[in-house]
Parts: sequence; structure tokens; C-alpha cells
Amino acid sequence: MSGPASGRRRKQRPVLKVQDLAVTYDIQQGGLLRRHTRPLNAVDGISFELARGETLGVVGESGCGKSTLARALLGLVQPRRGRVLWLGEDLVGLDEKTLRKKRKELQIIFQDPLASLNPRMTVHDIIAEPLWTFYPKIARVQVEERVRGMMKMVGLLPNQINRYPHEFSGGQCQRIGIARALVLNPRLIICDEPVSALDVSIQAQIINLLKDLQRKLALSLIFIAHDLAVVKHISDRVMVMYLGRAMEVSSAPNLYRRPLHPYTSALVKAVPIPDPAARRRTATSGLRGDMPSPLDPPAGCVFHPRCPYAVKRCEIEVPPLRRLPQGDWVACHLAEELDLTIVKSG
Amino acid sequence: MKSSELTGNEREAVAGEIDPFEAALRLGDVKGRSPWEDAWHRLLKNRAAVTAAIIMGVMILVVVIGPWVISWDMDYTDWDHTNSPPSLANGHWFGTDAVGRDILVRTLEGGRISLLVGFVATIVSLLIGVSYGAIAGYYGGVTDRVMMRLVDIIYALPFMFFVILLMVVFGRNIVLIFVAIGAVNWLDMARIVRGQTLSLKRMEFVEAARACGVENRDIIRRHIVPNLLGVVMVYVTLTIPQVILVESFLSFLGLGVQEPMSSWGALVSDGAQDMESAPWTLVFPAVFLTVTLYCFNYIGDGLRDALDPKDRL
Repeated sequence: MSGPASGRRRKQRPVLKVQDLAVTYDIQQGGLLRRHTRPLNAVDGISFELARGETLGVVGESGCGKSTLARALLGLVQPRRGRVLWLGEDLVGLDEKTLRKKRKELQIIFQDPLASLNPRMTVHDIIAEPLWTFYPKIARVQVEERVRGMMKMVGLLPNQINRYPHEFSGGQCQRIGIARALVLNPRLIICDEPVSALDVSIQAQIINLLKDLQRKLALSLIFIAHDLAVVKHISDRVMVMYLGRAMEVSSAPNLYRRPLHPYTSALVKAVPIPDPAARRRTATSGLRGDMPSPLDPPAGCVFHPRCPYAVKRCEIEVPPLRRLPQGDWVACHLAEELDLTIVKSG
Repeated sequence: MKSSELTGNEREAVAGEIDPFEAALRLGDVKGRSPWEDAWHRLLKNRAAVTAAIIMGVMILVVVIGPWVISWDMDYTDWDHTNSPPSLANGHWFGTDAVGRDILVRTLEGGRISLLVGFVATIVSLLIGVSYGAIAGYYGGVTDRVMMRLVDIIYALPFMFFVILLMVVFGRNIVLIFVAIGAVNWLDMARIVRGQTLSLKRMEFVEAARACGVENRDIIRRHIVPNLLGVVMVYVTLTIPQVILVESFLSFLGLGVQEPMSSWGALVSDGAQDMESAPWTLVFPAVFLTVTLYCFNYIGDGLRDALDPKDRL
């Protein structure tokens, strides 16, 4: 999964190419009088590429724009600027009808497994709905056969086909959600924190299921999470987001061994380590304060007020996301000077 | 909680799931239990609601069949027995009014009208209110604002003024009562449904449907409306008695049904005039009316408890 394999994959023509994507929400402020709207840049200039069969992890604290990014990629929210090139075709600004057709190839899995399933529909109806939508003339028997096949594929008992979501556990509900996302044979699945609401033991099952399906079906995945440990296990590359911007895009092993951005380093250090001895060897994360309001982002590098290494330049100049010689991307002025290595080899 | 709900067969299925997948499959399809069925079972456990429903059922049956069975006609005047108190001997079990009409048959006929008004006006308000509210809530934005301001405007019209105006222009007519009550009642329904829709459309399953490319009208039909029905059903059971009461109020004021037709409200109004000399003319229709209202309220309460989503999710 790691190193050379992902390197080879990346040389292929990307299936998804995102360029300078930005999403702005208008926030209403003030009471009855003097009401005005302020723009909130939830996603601010994100660019990345995704190859066939590749997994891109997206991590960041709550409110950094991960979910908005997911929704913007699917056209569920309108981006303010930027392009989302799916197999070379821009999805931004497509009319409803054309976009609807594209949705066959791009699917999403949600965070809350129970909330993402209509409580009044049976498992059959939930998984069959995309089929009804795209193939309205398909025979009932065929739909049922396909639904049973999908249930088996995601590890559900097909004889539970007539049950309702509330009769399943969280993990099983997530499997139903995965079956629904897969039923149309999509090529890209966006997983919006698919395991955050599950028990740790179930998390592993679901992640392994996703990895398994990805290999079998040659899926590309965008895997969003706020937990680095989860992302580490599944991703080829990881994008670290902060206040709607990409701080770093690195291959997964590099990210954990030698983060390039001070924020990444803080995140990686914040992952609990079950071994107390190992824990003592690493410094504490030392991240000061809270994330600033996205309504009022800091000037210069958005991370500078919390960055232990910040210099004058960081307060003035916005660091661009640039490629370092070893191939990873970082948005930090000091990337070359800082050594943030976490695990020293040997 | 889950395991206690399982039947023997299902427990086996769960046990089978642990080892081979196939063992569980051999049990055949498991029947699911929908939230509706769950609610139904909870409702059946509510004794007050079940009793109320039974009484209501009997009431409807009596009101519908009664006038055919009883030998008196509602407008037949029995000159031998005017102002007769209830008596088995002369065949007027509930007595007669000042012009010798049988109170029993008039109460039952009045019940037909009252219940009819209640059901028809509620169904009208249900159909208009649910579709109107769901569309306004789902599409939001300008559509929502225009539609809901229209509701506000109609809401601002004084109800009695509206009814009297209708009466003056079109004359007194039973249909007008349906129109008048229906025109006002769907407004509440539309507001409730819109509010519910606003919260429902933010749910992830609606977003999932949108992500799957499901069209808006299918989303409203498959995802929004079925999830609204719980709230709507409770509201309906509370609207029916309200409508019956409004009709009674109109009839009491003399704006409702016209002689020789009658309704519970009109009968109570007549009875109230002769209350001192012939109390039975007031008591019987009043009892029927009150019992009906109580029953609907108990059924509504029971439904609300049974359908409460917080209990489930």
C-alpha cells in the first residue's frame, strides 16, 4: 500500500483534479437592525490530484472545512471559485441534470450511520434507491438480486433485506451506507468521517472493509477524518487542513515519520500512544490556544498565532503550498529549516 | 433492549452470524419491523387510547347506521308527544323537542354532519397543508418566503368576518362551512409541516439521496413526507375535534347548518334555549359531542406517545 506502490499510481493520469477550490458561506450577523452578511471561507483555495485506486486522507480539527470540501466535490454545495475536474471535465457550474448523471460515478459515505439512512425505508429500499433513480425501468427481481449481492459484499446477511435501519447496530448501518454508495459501481467514494461515530473495534472492521472493497473494485477514496491514527491505516497520501487551507500534502509514511509542517507535527504528536515508554520519548504537542474563527482568519500564515516556530515573515506573507524536492507538498516558509522528525530511525 | 425483541428464530440467526454466514442465511428472509409497526404496538399498549378508539368506533358506527334503523325521521313532528321527556313507552328514548321531533335521531343525524365536517375539513387541510408546507420548506429561499407570507396574510384575516362574508355573498350552505374551515385550518398544518421539513432536509439521509441524484419530487415523496407523517397524524387527531368545535360554534351562532338539518352544535344551541323546561334536549347532544372530543384527544395523546421519535432513535 505504501511507498513505491503509491508512487507508481501517482504517475497515472489523475481521475480527479481539484484546482483552487473555494467555498464561501454567507453568515448573517446582527439583530433586526443593522443586519449584514459576512463571508466565511470554509474552504479556501484547495488543490490536489487523485489517481485511480488511490486513497487521499484528509485530516484537520473540527471546523477546518473537511466536510465542506467533500460536499463541494460532489456539487452538494456551490464553490465560489475553482475547478473540480472529474476525468477532465469540470463539475463546477454544471446544471442539475448533467451533474445528476455524474453522481453515478461519485458517491459519499456519511459520518452518522443511522442518520444517513431513512428510518422509514427497508434496507432493500435504501440500497435500491440509486438503482431506481438511474435505471427506472429495471425489473424488480433484478434490483433485489443486486441488493442482495451488495449486502453480501459488505458483510451483511442478505436475509435481513426487509429490516429497517433501527434494527441494526451502528457498524451494520455503516455497511448499509457503504452498500448504497457502491451499488452504482462508482469510481470515487468520498468518506466523510465514516468511522468517527463507531466503536474502536468496529472502526477497524469498517476500515478493513473499505480497503478490501477498494482493492477489489479499483476505487479511488477520499477519506476524511479528524483522527490521524485512522487515516494512517488507509491512506496513500494525506492532506492536512487548517482553517480551510491545505497545510501539507504528504505520502502517509512520510507524514508520520517526518512531518513538514509544524501543525502536522502537533497533530501527529497528539495521537495517543499506548506505550508509556514510547510516549515519554516524544515531546508533548505544545499547540497553544484554539483554532481562530474562520470568519476572521489571521493575516499571513493562518497557523502563525499557534505556531511555536513563527517568525515575523509568517505574520505578513501567506506561504504558498509548494513542492519540496522529495515530492511532498507543504505550505510553510520554514519547511527547509525545521526538522520535525518524530520517529528517528533505529 | 435489542435482544429482548428477538424471537427464537432471530436469536438463532444472530448466533449463527458469529460463526458461518451461511448458517444464518439458511433461516430465510427475516421480517423487519417498521417504525410504523413499532408505533402501532406501543399504541395498543396505551389503554386510554385504545378505549377511546373503541368508543370512537362505536360512535361512528351508531351515527352512520342509527338513523336508518330508527323508525323516526329527523324532521317528523310527533304532535302527540311534544316536549316529551325520555321514555321507552312512546318510543322517544331521548325524548322530543318543543315541536315533537325525536332527539335521538336528531342527535345521530347531527353527529353525521359534525363528524363529516370534522373529517372532510381535516382531510382538505391535510392535503393542502402537507404539500404546501413540504414544498415551501424543502425548496426554501424565495419560494419559501413568498409561500409563507401568503399564509401569514390569509392568517391575518379575521375568521368570523370571513365566514359572515361568505354567508352574505353565497347564502347559507353546508359546503361553505367546509370551505371556510378548510381555508383556515390548512394554514396551521402548512406551518407545522414546513418547520418539520426544514429540520428534515438537513438530515444526512436527505443529503445522501441528493448525492445519489434522486430528484427533488422523489426526495419529498420518499424521504420528507413519510418522516413527517408521525407529527402530522398527531396533529390531525387534534384537528378533527377542533374543527367539530368550530362548526358547533358557528352553528351555535346561527351561521352553521340550516334546519331541518342539524349538527351537534346546532342541537346544543336549541337545547340551551329550553334548558330549564326540557333539559334532555341539551344533555344528549352535549354528551355525544363531549365524548367525541374526549376520544379524539385521547387518541391524539396516545399517538403522540407512540410516535415520539425520541423514544426510538
